[in-house]
This record gives sequence, C-alpha cells and structure tokens, in this order.
Amino acid sequence: MSTELVLLAVLMAAVTYPSRALPLLAPGIERLPPRALLYLRLVGPAVLASLAAVNTLIVKAPDGTRGLHVGIEAVGVVVCILLVAWRRNLLLGLVAGVALVAVARLAGLG
Amino acid sequence: MTPPAGAAIALRAARRQLLLDTAGIAVSAAGFGFVFGLAARNAGYSTIEAAAMSVIGFAGAAQFAAVGQVAAGAPWITIVILTAFLNARHLLYSASLAPRLRGVPFLERAAMAHVLTDEAFALAATHFHRLGRADPGGYWIGAILGVFIPWNLATIAGVLLGGAIPDPSRFGLDIVFPAAMAALAVGLATGRREVIAAASGAAIAVMVVLASTPLGIDPSVGVLAGGLLGPLLGMAVPDGTRHLTPESDVTGVAVDIETALDEVAHLGETAP
Repeated sequence: MSTELVLLAVLMAAVTYPSRALPLLAPGIERLPPRALLYLRLVGPAVLASLAAVNTLIVKAPDGTRGLHVGIEAVGVVVCILLVAWRRNLLLGLVAGVALVAVARLAGLG
Repeated sequence: MTPPAGAAIALRAARRQLLLDTAGIAVSAAGFGFVFGLAARNAGYSTIEAAAMSVIGFAGAAQFAAVGQVAAGAPWITIVILTAFLNARHLLYSASLAPRLRGVPFLERAAMAHVLTDEAFALAATHFHRLGRADPGGYWIGAILGVFIPWNLATIAGVLLGGAIPDPSRFGLDIVFPAAMAALAVGLATGRREVIAAASGAAIAVMVVLASTPLGIDPSVGVLAGGLLGPLLGMAVPDGTRHLTPESDVTGVAVDIETALDEVAHLGETAP
C-alpha cells in the first residue's frame, strides 16, 4: 500500500499549523494590517473557485493539449452551486449535481 | 475550588446545548468526510494516505484541493503553497479564541490548535458566548466529537467503500471534486468582495491554463494565479452588504462566524 502522500500530509500540516496556533500560543502576533486580513479572507473563495473552474472546464486531449470544454459536468457543478446558494446545504448540492450527471450519462447525454 | 452551584448548572445547560449543536455538525462532517474518502480513492490515494490527510492535515477544503492537484500530477510545492493560503483564515479563528483561552496550559493550547477548524471554532465561539466565559472542555467536545472523529472515520469508510464502485465516472462521481470545491466557495462567499474574488479567480485560472498550455506550464500555475490574483480584484470593489452564511470547510451547517470574528477587532477588550 502506497504511503508516499503521507509526507505531503505532513507538509500540508506544517504550513497549516502556524495559522491555527500562533495567535493561541503567542498572543499579539495576529495583529496584521486590515488589508492583509481582508486579503486572507478572500483567498479561500478565490482558490476554491479556481480549482472548481479548472477541473470542470479544462479537458486534456490525447495529444496532451488542454482546451475549454463545457459539458454535462459543468451543468452538474452549476446545479450544485445553485442548490448550495439556495438551501445552504453542501451535501444536498453535491448529491443533486452527481445524480444529474449520472442520469445524463445513463441517458447517453454526457 | 468548587464552582458555585449556579455556575455549575449554567455549565451543564450550555454543554447540553453544545452537544445538540455538535450532533448536527458531526452528521455533516461525516457526510463530507465520506465524500472526501471517495474523491481521494478516485485520485489514487491509498487508505493510509487518505487517513493521514484527515488525521495530520485535518483541513477539509485544503484536503479536497490537494486531491485535485495530486490527481492532476501537480508539483507538491504548488499544493503546499495553496494549502498555506487556503488555511490562512484559521489565523482569524485562532486570534478570536486566544484571549478567552489565555488561562489554558500551553501544551493544551498547542493541541487545541491542531483541531481548530471552521466548525470547531463556530461551536466554541457560540458555546463561549452562550456561557459568558471560556470552557476548554466544551472546546474539546465540539472539536473532537463534532468534527475530528466523524471526519476521520468517514474518510476511511469512503476510501474502503469507494473501492466497491467499478467505474466511478458512470455514477457522476468524477464531479464530486469540482462540485465540492464550487460548493465550498459558495459557503465562503459572504459578501460582494468574496463573490468578485471567486468569480475573477476562476476566470483568471481558466485563462492562464489555456494560455500556458502551449508553453508546457503545469495547470496548477493557473489555479495559483487565480487564487492569488482574484482576491486583489475583490479588494478593489466596495464591500457590499454582509450576511450570515454557513461558512465552513467541511459542512454546510449555519454558524455565526461573522459575529465571532468581530471579536478579532476588539482583542484585549474581551475578558479571558
């Protein structure tokens, strides 16, 4: 069984722990400028949306080139987004998006 | 010293409510942990690797992000940089709790930090507010029973049961990762600036990937560009009306994070 990614988990923890621990262990260190705090707030949604967009809209051709593709996967993700925005329930959105794509593929649409 | 009877009764009542809140969070954490396990399995993680991510890394959104990057063969340095930025928001949570937990022993605070997630913070902040003071035992109840245990058990279940599905894409499971990323981004979009940061970040990422393909540049560079430049565009617009949202990195349970985060602006004014 592969264990290579355990080291990656350790590295991820190593860069995560300081932001979780520093203010708790060294009070006062968290007093960043307001602009820096605002930037940190915005990084989360930007990174997540970037990952979602690239993994939904970019496909790799057999020759290795990448191109734009809008298929049933994008529809499933959009349905998920709309449901989460409406119902504020991540699992519901995920289940609906996945179910839509599954049904479409069974029907030969994707 | 024995606490006054009134204080003990208040603590019991607050912890009963905390347990109810914790149960709701635990169900969501288990569901999403299971989905992470499935996604990790699809990306080629072994059971040990997926479990290590959940025990050692223990950060839902970053774990999902890493799944996509690992599957795409991205360099580890990119994954680590993304993780650092993605999890930097924990600084705010830690800063908010720090004045209240000042009296807790150093080593215990160090351990508390590892399990400080969005949900653990939300449960603790709400519990402390309800109680009118800090309750380290209550923090552990929320962080361990509400998130750590269900998230980790469900991760293992997702990896093991995912192996029983011969062709995950047939069942639409290949979109679990991007859909989860998009859903989490919606959860973090608490105002106009966040929406602009997310939308512009996504557009920048796609454009950079398309433009850099002929140059042989790894697509993770596009994600990095979108994640780091999108916030700058978000900062350039005036702040819109903020509203309460289920800000969360593993669940969708509505929590009053905004109010608790306001405490960061008043550090030193809050009694420990």
